[in-house]
Amino acid sequence: MLFGKQGNDDLVIRGARVIDAAEGVDEVLDVRIDGGAIAQLGTNLETNAHRVVAGEGLVLAPAFVDPHVHLRTPGREDEETISSGTAAAAAGGYCAILAMPNTEPVVDSASVLGSLAETAQAEAEVPVGLLAAITMNQDGAELTEMAELGDAGAAGFTDDGRPVVAPGLMRRALQYSAVTGRRLALHCEEPTLSKGGQMHEGAVSAELGFAGYPSVAESLMIERDLALAAYEAQPVHLMHLSARESVKALSRAQVAGVAATGEVTPHHLCLTDEAVRSLDPNVKMNPPLRAEEDRRALIAGLRDGTITAVATDHAPHARHEKEVPFEAAPFGVTGLETAFSALYTHLVEPGLLKLETLLERMSAGPARAYGLELPRIAVGAPANLVLLDLKGSRRVAEADFRSRSANSWLLGETVKGQVRLTIAAGRVAFEG
Amino acid sequence: MAEIRVMREDLLPPREPPRRHLISIGDLECQDVERLLGTARNFERSLERELKKLPTLRGKTVVNVFYESSTRTSSSFELAAKRLSADTMSIKSTGSSVDKGESLKDTALTLGAYDPDVIVIRHPQIGAPQLVARYTGAHIVNAGDGKHQHPTQALLDLYTIQEELGRIEGLHVAIVGDVLHSRVARSNIQALSLMGARVTLVGPPPLIPRGIEAMGCEVSYEIDAIKAADVVYVLRMQQERMAEGANYVPSLREYAARWGVTPERLRPGQKVMHPGPMNRGVEIDPVVADAADALIEQQVRSGLVVRMAVLYDLLTHGPAGVQAAALHEIGAA
Repeated sequence: MLFGKQGNDDLVIRGARVIDAAEGVDEVLDVRIDGGAIAQLGTNLETNAHRVVAGEGLVLAPAFVDPHVHLRTPGREDEETISSGTAAAAAGGYCAILAMPNTEPVVDSASVLGSLAETAQAEAEVPVGLLAAITMNQDGAELTEMAELGDAGAAGFTDDGRPVVAPGLMRRALQYSAVTGRRLALHCEEPTLSKGGQMHEGAVSAELGFAGYPSVAESLMIERDLALAAYEAQPVHLMHLSARESVKALSRAQVAGVAATGEVTPHHLCLTDEAVRSLDPNVKMNPPLRAEEDRRALIAGLRDGTITAVATDHAPHARHEKEVPFEAAPFGVTGLETAFSALYTHLVEPGLLKLETLLERMSAGPARAYGLELPRIAVGAPANLVLLDLKGSRRVAEADFRSRSANSWLLGETVKGQVRLTIAAGRVAFEG
Repeated sequence: MAEIRVMREDLLPPREPPRRHLISIGDLECQDVERLLGTARNFERSLERELKKLPTLRGKTVVNVFYESSTRTSSSFELAAKRLSADTMSIKSTGSSVDKGESLKDTALTLGAYDPDVIVIRHPQIGAPQLVARYTGAHIVNAGDGKHQHPTQALLDLYTIQEELGRIEGLHVAIVGDVLHSRVARSNIQALSLMGARVTLVGPPPLIPRGIEAMGCEVSYEIDAIKAADVVYVLRMQQERMAEGANYVPSLREYAARWGVTPERLRPGQKVMHPGPMNRGVEIDPVVADAADALIEQQVRSGLVVRMAVLYDLLTHGPAGVQAAALHEIGAA
């Protein structure tokens, strides 16, 4: 299901604090990698003439998995390509990413998916999973040939960017997705409630005069989709949760036995609608930044496991498209290269989230939501590792991005927690 | 031994002070408003003289860029600049490069190349004035950006109230109608609250934005609430913003019947204001519009001297502030 370069690198990482909660590991160890797989964990390991990376003072963890990336290819290669997007992912500590199908053309046929898979196999710095559309051209009218798309390697199905508006069609999609064994990932937005909305509806939108995109536009659709998922007994993954009501709805459904997972973005975890007062188009995204109570609920949901995945919703946009008044700017911000540092700086350092929890929600959590192989630090496992310098800081600057776009909400901000090395599929994909 | 010395910050040449703009009432303090109104009063006296032109801004250039139609705002800015002897240039979106799809950034860079001292901009999108401020060296005056702000309108309204009622502090002002789509309402809520007036918003629930009480005003859905006010400020029903099927109100007829400001709904002596252009018979009864207690013509007259005061203030004195700091941060990022 993942397409990209594979490696068989030999390496020894010496003396890092190795953290893998799922494997019950948290100690200072050497890790030896033979032929792209973890061969030995221990102290004072023989180097076997491998290259040695000094890990003293650093953290070594399973590399990250991003379940929500826009690679803009095909169609908008000026904004991102498979090669630039995956280079950005590698720099962000990712060993796998999932690409959204809302490209031009939409990934709604096995032929489009196949050609992307071929390119990714040759060019992707880290393996890429390809989601296919739920409906043809994401028009919300006719289902795609999900079975064939599944056979061609679709990692799941989504109309991300748009909701599946008609409940009857949503139900059919849930029913039919069962034959593929892949889950539906849902962008939940009730379009008549969000219509024209530029930002979260609340005191800030009232004062600034922006048309509001109320929380209930998201939570109402989430309630509907969870009700349908419960009725059809099918799993669903809820994308980019933003409102506290949505977290509550997800939690209630999970308690009731629905196989529902959820993801949340770094920007929704770090910012609120107050940020929009700057009128900076780089804080304009869909769903919008919401109130502080929403942010708190998202953090709490991530902490208690209602939400198990951090997703960047990395959405590159051409510079000239964001250099316009807020209202004219497209929705979306980049995130692959800044996700860990943003969350480490805004959540872990102030004590809102444990480092171990963050590492899990950026790696095993999202992998589990899509049934991908979990990155882990255990003998025999393929090397999917990230080496993190928690004390290292940097000022986020446009020139440093590997992504073709720089529409980051963190421009100019100094963040802590740097990626020093990324090993993806047994291959050193990034060193910084 | 040679040694490279790091130059100390205080040895560097002094930086240019931040440019001053008028983008939002929210950036002003009480003393800024008082100064502006005082300057306007002085200009009003000067206009009583036979020779109305003052040499104050001779050699300065004021560019008016209007991306939305406007009669009173654009004409009063142009006349204000001329009365102060500035050179003026007016650009409308139709018939300019905007028609050819030029971006606002590029238009700003083009106009900036002439080194204008002031750019007055009206634009349908919130944040357009900030964008122009980022890409030119001119002082920016917001003449209306989307539903966000119309600061000179609020200032001229304050001036009108001050002149007619002798004070602002302690007055009760009811703002009636389509608050949701009104930049005039937003600027006025801020301006009136800043100067110590009490503000009540009155209108149908879908046209009162959720959460607006946080700006320090009260809300009522009953038209009777205007009776308690000293000033009734009637907003235009913005039919051009009422997309078909939006259903903010079932019909203009029902709106007029329920929330129209009619003689019966007013109490004697209440002053009535309207930013224009009016829809007579919709939000305001023609009898009310033409009554002696209506200050609508005074508002237009105030517009000229207040805009003269704004141009004068930006280009001559007064403390820095007014968004400048925030804009510098964005520019640096």
